[in-house]
Amino acid sequence: MRKHKFQGTKINPSKFHVSQIRYILILIPISMFMLLPLIYIFNHAFKPLEELFYYPPRFFVRNFTFSNFVRLFQVTGSSGIPMSRYLFNSIIVTILVLVTSVVISTLAGYALSKLNFKGKKVINEINTLALMFVGIAVTIPRYLVIEKLGLIDNFFIHVLPYLAVPVGLFLIKQFIDQIPNELLDAARVDGANEFQIYQKIVLPLIKPAIATIVILSFQTIWNSADTSTTYINNDALKTFAFYMNTLTANTNGVAGQGMAAAASLIMFVPNLLIFVIMQSKVMDTMAHSGIK
Amino acid sequence: MASLTLKRKNRGSKAVKEQQKIAYLFVFPYVLMFTVFIIIPVVAAIYLSFTYFDTVRAPIWVGFDNYINILTNDDVFMQYVIPNTLKYAIIVGPGGYILSFLLAWMLAQLAPKLRTLFALIIYSPSLTSGVTMAVLWRVIFAGDNSGYLNSVLLNLGVIIEPIIWLQSKEFLLTIMIVVTLWSSMGVGFLAMLAGILSVNTELYEAGYIDGIKNKFQEMIYITIPSIKPQMLFGAVMAIVGTFSASGIGVALSGSNPTPQYAGQLIVNHIEYYGFNKYEMGYAAALSVILLMVVYYFSRISFKLFGSKDE
Repeated sequence: MRKHKFQGTKINPSKFHVSQIRYILILIPISMFMLLPLIYIFNHAFKPLEELFYYPPRFFVRNFTFSNFVRLFQVTGSSGIPMSRYLFNSIIVTILVLVTSVVISTLAGYALSKLNFKGKKVINEINTLALMFVGIAVTIPRYLVIEKLGLIDNFFIHVLPYLAVPVGLFLIKQFIDQIPNELLDAARVDGANEFQIYQKIVLPLIKPAIATIVILSFQTIWNSADTSTTYINNDALKTFAFYMNTLTANTNGVAGQGMAAAASLIMFVPNLLIFVIMQSKVMDTMAHSGIK
Repeated sequence: MASLTLKRKNRGSKAVKEQQKIAYLFVFPYVLMFTVFIIIPVVAAIYLSFTYFDTVRAPIWVGFDNYINILTNDDVFMQYVIPNTLKYAIIVGPGGYILSFLLAWMLAQLAPKLRTLFALIIYSPSLTSGVTMAVLWRVIFAGDNSGYLNSVLLNLGVIIEPIIWLQSKEFLLTIMIVVTLWSSMGVGFLAMLAGILSVNTELYEAGYIDGIKNKFQEMIYITIPSIKPQMLFGAVMAIVGTFSASGIGVALSGSNPTPQYAGQLIVNHIEYYGFNKYEMGYAAALSVILLMVVYYFSRISFKLFGSKDE
């Protein structure tokens, strides 16, 4: 009897049990609170102009339309640069960051986990310390460094600061730690060099961790307006997230709200899609995320 | 295994040196970027914090003057920034952290399909960024009748006149806290959920035989001790996330300083001195204080959940 009771309420159950209802009852209102703003964005983005003016305001859209998106794409900024240019910049920046940061952090993660060299312990400790690093605290000295390097108004300044992400390296290294050394040693005995081991053995085994840092980087880059605001003066080199900001700041009118909601949706949906597609891999990586 | 180590030894120190060289090659790009964009700015912040620097002339060494001024002469800092930051950080930091653990724990009690659905819903707000969502919050909290919150409250008869939420001294900080909590169930939340799910179920069975009576005891005596590393990761992420998101007050109210300093946090104070007043040395001293606060809170987490005795 006791055993049975335990089975019914145990953690990570395989199927539904009456005892789970109490948790569901708590989770439903919380989920509603979490979901409401997102549902609102979806509805607002597809509302025709006259529905945006309704008083009292209506939450749900009646006559579904794409007109907000159409107007968003037609509008050009005060500088005469079309929105598509910003979107294009964002896509290029995101791809560059994702590809380069995956290569850089997996290489470093492999060396820091499995190779022996002087300074390895120090780098690992500094990186763990850097998990606590709050980037916005050093916006100003960072600006001075970038200015000294002559990278103001350089397109690559969108990319470079995001290549060293302590959390990303940390997750990758923790994941590589799980790979048994015997496997790598066997390959070495067979004559494989370190780069071949990295490429043929390590990379395929750590796909879940790679998926995770891709998601995390994507989130940061795609949503980031800071670089455009702080380091870029040339409007043609700014990103979509920045454009979003100016749209919010400059259009207080109701018509602008619909466009802003449409733009928010363009910001949010890619994040959501990528996460939904990769979520099982993320959970796999997160199980190894602990700081020991 | 023994034969393998023997073989490696036989290959001699040349192979070891070769491996070292490759290892340096592998870590070099990361270490370079890390140095340029993290270490040098932090060191520069520490140096500048002891100087007067207006970005036009070279920095002038002033010793501890900036720190002394922050602590004795900065009324805004003492009267608004510190109390606001404390209130915000305590509710969003530890509060949000406990909330995300409890949510993860409840999710772990559910069957997989339902769990994934709820986890996705709770996690998805963290996919938005504070700034892009400001648009949405400005409509919900708009100060006239057309604002959603005003409209609902007016209809219910709770208020008679619309409230100008985002410009109000009473409500701005509360709204900032709610908005940040809403989007704070991120990486740390996922890590704790994954941790709880990976606990060996035999531990629970053994626990019940040893006299654990209810779910609460189970959580305190089995779950939390088993996932200490994930708890620590979650705590560090909560602390960093709390301070990183704290610029939200300016995004919501549309001005720095925020109306009557109602939502002024240390991050806004830094940017105000740096980018509005060009007092870089003073701003740097504030940055150093912020980094030390974050470091101090992280150390507390390490004391609570760390496995190494440091």
